[in-house]
Amino acid sequence: MASANDAKGHNRPPLRLHVPEPFYRPGDAVDFSHVTIPPAGAQPRPDEACPARDTYPLCDDLIRVLGEDNQAHGPWDPRLAPETLRQMLREMALVRAFDNRMYRAQRQGKTSFYMKCTGEEATSVCATHALDADDMIFPSYRQQGCLIARGYRLTEMINQIYSNRADKLKGRQLPIMYCSKRLNFFSISGNLATQLPQATGFAMASASKGDSRIAATWVGEGSTAEGDFHSALTFATVYNAPVIFNVINNQWAISSFSGFAGAERANFAARAIGYGVAGLRVDGNDPLAVYAAERWAADRARSNGGPTLIEHFTYRAEGHSTSDDPSAYRSADEGSEWPLGDPVNRLKNHLIAIGEWSEAQQDAQDAELDTMVKEAQKEAEKNGILGHGLHHPFATMFEDVFEELPWHLKEQSEQAIRERQIKWPEDPAE
Amino acid sequence: MSDVITQTQTEAAGETRHMNMIEAINSALDVMLTRDPDVILLGEDIGYFGGVFRCTAGLQEKHGKTRVFDTPISECGIIGVAVGMGAYGLRPVPEIQFADYIYPGLDQLISEAARLRYRSAAEFIAPMTVRSPFGGGIFGGQTHSQSPEAIFTHVSGLKTVVPATPYDAKGLLISCIEDNDPVIFFEPKRIYNGPFDGYYDKPAKSWKGRDDAQVPDGYYKIPLGKARMVTDGDALTILAYGTMVHVAQAVCEAKGVDAQILDLRTLVPLDIEAIEASVRHTGRCLIVHEATRTSGFGAELSALVTERCFYHLEAPVERVTGFDTPYPHSLEWAYFPGPVRIGEAIDKILQD
Repeated sequence: MASANDAKGHNRPPLRLHVPEPFYRPGDAVDFSHVTIPPAGAQPRPDEACPARDTYPLCDDLIRVLGEDNQAHGPWDPRLAPETLRQMLREMALVRAFDNRMYRAQRQGKTSFYMKCTGEEATSVCATHALDADDMIFPSYRQQGCLIARGYRLTEMINQIYSNRADKLKGRQLPIMYCSKRLNFFSISGNLATQLPQATGFAMASASKGDSRIAATWVGEGSTAEGDFHSALTFATVYNAPVIFNVINNQWAISSFSGFAGAERANFAARAIGYGVAGLRVDGNDPLAVYAAERWAADRARSNGGPTLIEHFTYRAEGHSTSDDPSAYRSADEGSEWPLGDPVNRLKNHLIAIGEWSEAQQDAQDAELDTMVKEAQKEAEKNGILGHGLHHPFATMFEDVFEELPWHLKEQSEQAIRERQIKWPEDPAE
Repeated sequence: MSDVITQTQTEAAGETRHMNMIEAINSALDVMLTRDPDVILLGEDIGYFGGVFRCTAGLQEKHGKTRVFDTPISECGIIGVAVGMGAYGLRPVPEIQFADYIYPGLDQLISEAARLRYRSAAEFIAPMTVRSPFGGGIFGGQTHSQSPEAIFTHVSGLKTVVPATPYDAKGLLISCIEDNDPVIFFEPKRIYNGPFDGYYDKPAKSWKGRDDAQVPDGYYKIPLGKARMVTDGDALTILAYGTMVHVAQAVCEAKGVDAQILDLRTLVPLDIEAIEASVRHTGRCLIVHEATRTSGFGAELSALVTERCFYHLEAPVERVTGFDTPYPHSLEWAYFPGPVRIGEAIDKILQD
């Protein structure tokens, strides 16, 4: 039966479904004047031990240290030694050189897939510098900078990207899904945001054992819509877990702009408010601000102050991955017009402004890093590239499903070996 | 044929006393919390209150709030933090209050816990034991009665365990907690307090006076992947686990059927040797489980028996299962695979 409201002329307004739409599409001129950028140094810095609610004004602000004059300003200036600044600059530049070369390697057919982090280097490199080496990192897929900042060998990373016979993950993971227990870098999952409850659990375990290690985890702003995000924040606040949630708001989740994760209504840092978690919103392209915020959160966690959520407000200057074409869904000018600049250039300009660096040194370093990456790539290619036969022995396919091989996997392993001998009789036995 | 536990292990476990399945599970958790400082228990209502089925009663008081504690209502969170705890080096034992509630935690179990060893080439492991009451027969309606074991047996990297007696529950649970792989430990809640023979209109039985409810106080293990022969017989093999072991046994006793009943105990890894030996001996095979029929674990068992024992079979393999409907509250006893359904299947197998 039709309801009374179906009758024409009833006096209720029709409801409307809102479907978010980004400001610009391909062909549109870009104007970022709607992005509010407060002056560097203007944001208050509460004590690390403050109640979570004291941070809430910062969830709607933007912590910035480096000003237009390339100088550090305000209470968030971490006052780092020039050597540390140069080291962070070097690692960010190395990440960029690595990304460029691996992008080309994918285009040359040496691997199936690659993901650059251009424009986001500070959010991993500088954040990692604010942690201790034994703190556990639960990364997402764009945190190659964390591994590089911890000194992981480039050849190991490329072996993983090529899934070759030296890949210590035995060719099982997608390229860029690294893992290093030695460097306290957890295995990366393709299912998004699953690392957030895991980081919280690690932090809870550390606290329950009276240890001093903390956990830090990274997630894209799009994945904050996953249930795991909410579980993790609930557990973190309930148990006051020593964990840092880094939300990388790079504006785009493949082709979906941040509005599809709720950005039109609230900043991602503001997600912390409802959970009673400390929240900071940071200029993610300001290396000093990123370091300072992460250090603040790490000190808070380590002194039993509990969890912090940091929104790194940044921009994904490249496509989501080598399988993505951003020109199909966003304005070509967005990356170049991004009003918060480029993190590598900003740190470089700061070091030059304080008399600790020069353009010539930068050029020399870029050339040196490029050579370093090239040599690592050559070294890795001796172990093979994807699909060129130099992969792990056949039987490794069945290893590590369980600690011990059960009867059904033994049978299937024997089947696979028989098939291999029929399919590729010319291959020497492995 | 595999059985159980050596005399020496039982002696080492100390004095035995009567326990129901809840007490046996509690004892296993108590033993492991005492032996291993890395064992940690978490779940909804398991701390101060001791769990809605009382399986963790007294453990928080004895072992402290940081080792046995309540959690938010978030299965994804419970299992997700357990993965992180495992990465740290603990052996978490999360409880999911009812197996029906496990679905929000499935991604953390299937994509994370189960694959962590594989994807990290054994750099990280997730040595957790997810305990969860499962199965019907307690008027739990469609959200407190399910048997979702087939979902987990389909996943590479997970082990699935279902005890049928107090003695097994303790010995198997200790093995699960010490195992370095993630395990789902399903507790058949209909038999927590006593074995159930399937005759819903008769008085409930008790574990009292039964040998399989005489449980050592101390530490002992029953290895995973070893079935238990419940009754030896020649007429047919019955493959069952959990509550259905007792129902099948009661039917055979009532009908005077000389069955060889195998309690599988663990579905992954499966004791294929025991199954093959039994079916080759009897030539007939009946599979009984509570879960819905289509794509249930019985389908896998039936396929395995057919593939491996076809020329020894004298009748088609039969399955007795729940129906392919949700579990109906008021018609629970019409749904439950009880004596009538099992009896008819036995008659059919034996007449061929």
